[in-house]
Amino acid sequence: MKLETHAVTKRYGAHAALDGASFATGDEARVIALLGPSGGGKSTLLRVLGSLLVPDDGHVSIDERTLPHDEEGALNERRGNGFVFQGYNLFPHFTALQNITLPLREVHGMTDTQATQRAMELLRRLGLAGHEHKRPSQLSGGQQQRAAIARALAPKPRLLLLDEPTSALDPVMTGEVLDVIRELAEAGQSIILATHEISFARKVADWVVFLVGGKVEESSTAAEFFTRPQTELARQYLEGLSKYR
Amino acid sequence: MRRALYALGLFVVASVAFYGVFSAVEYPWNWSGVWQYREQFFHGWLATMGLSLVAMVVSVAFGFLLMLGRRAPWLPVRMGCGSVVEVVRGSPLLVQLLIGHYIIAQALHIDQPLFTGIVLLGCFEGAYLAEIFRGAVESISASQLEAARAVGFSKAQTYRFVIIPQALRRALPGTTGQLVSLIKDSSLLSVIGIEELVQKVKIMNAANFAPLEGYLPLALAYLVVTLPLSHLARRLEGRFAYET
Repeated sequence: MKLETHAVTKRYGAHAALDGASFATGDEARVIALLGPSGGGKSTLLRVLGSLLVPDDGHVSIDERTLPHDEEGALNERRGNGFVFQGYNLFPHFTALQNITLPLREVHGMTDTQATQRAMELLRRLGLAGHEHKRPSQLSGGQQQRAAIARALAPKPRLLLLDEPTSALDPVMTGEVLDVIRELAEAGQSIILATHEISFARKVADWVVFLVGGKVEESSTAAEFFTRPQTELARQYLEGLSKYR
Repeated sequence: MRRALYALGLFVVASVAFYGVFSAVEYPWNWSGVWQYREQFFHGWLATMGLSLVAMVVSVAFGFLLMLGRRAPWLPVRMGCGSVVEVVRGSPLLVQLLIGHYIIAQALHIDQPLFTGIVLLGCFEGAYLAEIFRGAVESISASQLEAARAVGFSKAQTYRFVIIPQALRRALPGTTGQLVSLIKDSSLLSVIGIEELVQKVKIMNAANFAPLEGYLPLALAYLVVTLPLSHLARRLEGRFAYET
């Protein structure tokens, strides 16, 4: 997939979370990592790429197709994507199973049986068999995040977008969740991942977009970014993050 | 068991205190007249409960619409609904009933005090409910709304599957309180000539020259409904309880 943005700007009041961000990946990018310091615009860019947010200025194209900016078009676009958030954002009043089946039935038009079958298949694959009737509050953080990944994957999204999926987890649970993401990447799922897990990004990503202050400082293949970063900011960032790991 | 004992103890203390104050002023009890009016009293009670029930439905529907209006994307609608809430909550129900029945209903040629009364009572309580509902809806976190957008829910689906089920639980305690108030406020409908419970008791007291006797069963008649209602609400709260 080829992902491209042209001067994308997104403001929150006076603050520009994205300030004319432009980049283009290679034609065959499949797992794209958004890296950079906190407050750099990773999460906002991820939401814009997934049509969860519409930019104030500029545009995004995926394989030369420009993403729509109207509410209806963005909704349709979102329905083809899967999102995973830092805080899991499961619906607390539904069980893990219902969290997955409800969008399948209501948004994607599956029957109850089809939806349940698809959900159970994913829950088993993500190691949550036996937990399907628990509410999110009865699951551990790692289990909640895996359930959230199952919810995002259930409709077979073209793109899976993950916003710092392990930032709220302890190291053991982080490992569980990263294993799942790596398996997905290896199975061929197109992924955009905003993360601070630099060594994980190095393992799975094939393209890196490096953001600072709402601007794209660097956009290159992962191999190049991690071995020969072009900018001083990227060098400092990599050094700072790899100091203790 | 322990709770029951405490409850009994508190009841005995309250009864003794109650009896004490009445005997302190040497109140001349006269219950025979009240007993003769028991059938009237019961009819009044039925009227009160029936009209309260209908007014509850009106108030919940009106409150829900006002809440939606206050969150509408169009400024005039927001302002209009906001003004209705403020004016209705800020002025006495008594005045609303008198003006609503003797002026507005007359102007519209509606000569049904019961209908007018139920609508006015429903709107009055609905304005309070609108704010209770709005508080509950606005307490749903931004991350829940984002999750709803992320799974592809439309606005209507977001309300139906994400906002309302979670808001319902948060609105429940306030809503029950308001519905209990509604039952009590229905006593004011006597001013536009509806023969509900309070009106019956006034007639009864006047006929018997008994100034207060009728009011004690009156209070009991309200409590018989309002206490179970509160209890039911607490049970429901327990059933909806889940950690967030």
